[in-house]
Amino acid sequence: MSKEKNGKEIVCTMISGRTLEQAKEMHSGKNSKSYSEAVGKVYVSPLLLNELGLAEGEKIVLKSSFGRAEARAYVDPGLPHFVVFIPMGPVANLLVGYETEGTGMPSFKGVQVEVCGAC
Amino acid sequence: MLTKAKDVVCTFCGCLCDDIILTLDENRIVRVERACANGMGLFKNYNPDLLSPKIRGKEASWEKAIKEASEILSSAKYPLIYGLSSTSSEAQRVSVKLAEALGASIDSTSSVCHGPTGLAMQFVGEPTCTLGEIKNRADLLIFWGCNPIVSHSRHFARYSVMPKGRFVQDGRKGRKMVVIDVRLTQTARVADVFLQVKPGGDFELLVALKALVKGKSLDAVEAGGISTKVLQELVTDMKACRYGMIFFGMGLTMTKGRDLNVRELFSLVKELNDHTKFSALPMRGHGNVTGADQVMSWLCGYPFAVNFSKGYPRYGPGEFSVVDLLCNKETDALLVLASDPVAHLPSKAVDHIMEIPTIVIDPAESLSAKKATVYFPTAMYGVDCEGTAYRMDGVPLRLKAPMKGNRPSDEEVLEAILEGVRRC
Ligand code: SF4
Repeated sequence: MSKEKNGKEIVCTMISGRTLEQAKEMHSGKNSKSYSEAVGKVYVSPLLLNELGLAEGEKIVLKSSFGRAEARAYVDPGLPHFVVFIPMGPVANLLVGYETEGTGMPSFKGVQVEVCGAC
Repeated sequence: MLTKAKDVVCTFCGCLCDDIILTLDENRIVRVERACANGMGLFKNYNPDLLSPKIRGKEASWEKAIKEASEILSSAKYPLIYGLSSTSSEAQRVSVKLAEALGASIDSTSSVCHGPTGLAMQFVGEPTCTLGEIKNRADLLIFWGCNPIVSHSRHFARYSVMPKGRFVQDGRKGRKMVVIDVRLTQTARVADVFLQVKPGGDFELLVALKALVKGKSLDAVEAGGISTKVLQELVTDMKACRYGMIFFGMGLTMTKGRDLNVRELFSLVKELNDHTKFSALPMRGHGNVTGADQVMSWLCGYPFAVNFSKGYPRYGPGEFSVVDLLCNKETDALLVLASDPVAHLPSKAVDHIMEIPTIVIDPAESLSAKKATVYFPTAMYGVDCEGTAYRMDGVPLRLKAPMKGNRPSDEEVLEAILEGVRRC
């Protein structure tokens, strides 16, 4: 497990969802390395990547009040500054809230997370 | 010898495209035509070679595995049957029978996709229509919190944005496309109008739209991060169209507000029907998740999160739903039918799955199957066994079996377990 880089943790909103790569690799088997790579990514805005002092492909640590996850950072210019996106799967699910507010549905989207670089 | 199977239904997503062509070499799919990348993946990676069930990771006979599974379920104090959305409605029906025999809880993946939509339907009603109506009539298409280019890749071409319809003869040119989302998704990039709602701002946006449709003016300059002026323009388009349609996804059901977001969306659509024809449809993910809701509703009266411990069905989203039952550590045995909760549920729920005996029925050895106490490799509906599946608009389609099956269907395995449970 990587450690958090010293420096400010930035508060963001995490959303998870389907990506083409996640779906493709799911078919080749969820036990495969390519599936783990496809779901082990976190997409961030170019501004946020810059503020974190990271380059694409470097590790980010994300913490929510439900858990901690590590993922590799990639840029999605379509994301708002403080929103991060993780493909649905075991990594995103480490951060997801399990309170269902009487509906059965946990918070797969809209989870508050603190993000920082990993070393 | 190569053979061709035409008009095969792809069961990966709720579009259930029924025009797929497969080329088969004996019991192998060697070519897939017309499917999108997701459908290609489903067919091309289909592996019918796993023939033996496993007990704790070791191959076992079918008889032994059925006996073990029946004993686990019969001796459990609080069994749960979960999944249902990637199998035939015939298998779904038997899973409800099994839940009743066991006094178990039964829940489908609906509870972690459009369960909140089901709750909203129960309050407001369902302003629904078929995909055929949309293709032939809709001139305003709004995609809210969904990204069909990625999740339902042929939706645009077959049902919504692109086709030339009877009353929309210009196809794409005859339809206005609006996307409302937090992210500038692939779908948003091809829209005529993109409204970027702020995270968690959907409910506010829906309330504001409803007020404007009712002719009220807003004091606020924006709602949900979108200026009132832009919202007024959208409302003008909504009232002026001949047939408006909102497709919505988990951007509404998985965020703050959940069922309340969808309730507000349905009541907006209801309001719009005072001005023109408007409908809404959830973008259903798994191939037969709509069927799971239908079958559960016929048999139990409720679409998901049902408990049979008192001998009759009780409805309890938030109580009898999979995430709640697992995170509260109430369930002591789990039967997974054609789903992969280890990959897709929150980690706290997965932690509990790791602690209890599980039975997994699935054509592929998923992450859940790898961990299962008993795993049954089964035929896949629409590939090597027949069945029925419901498209996202509630239209049932008959699935052929283009390939000869060497494995039993989910339905047959469930029937055998039910027999075993009755004998225990
Ligand atoms: S859109 Fe859905 S049903 Fe159609 S081919 Fe793609 S995955 Fe299959």
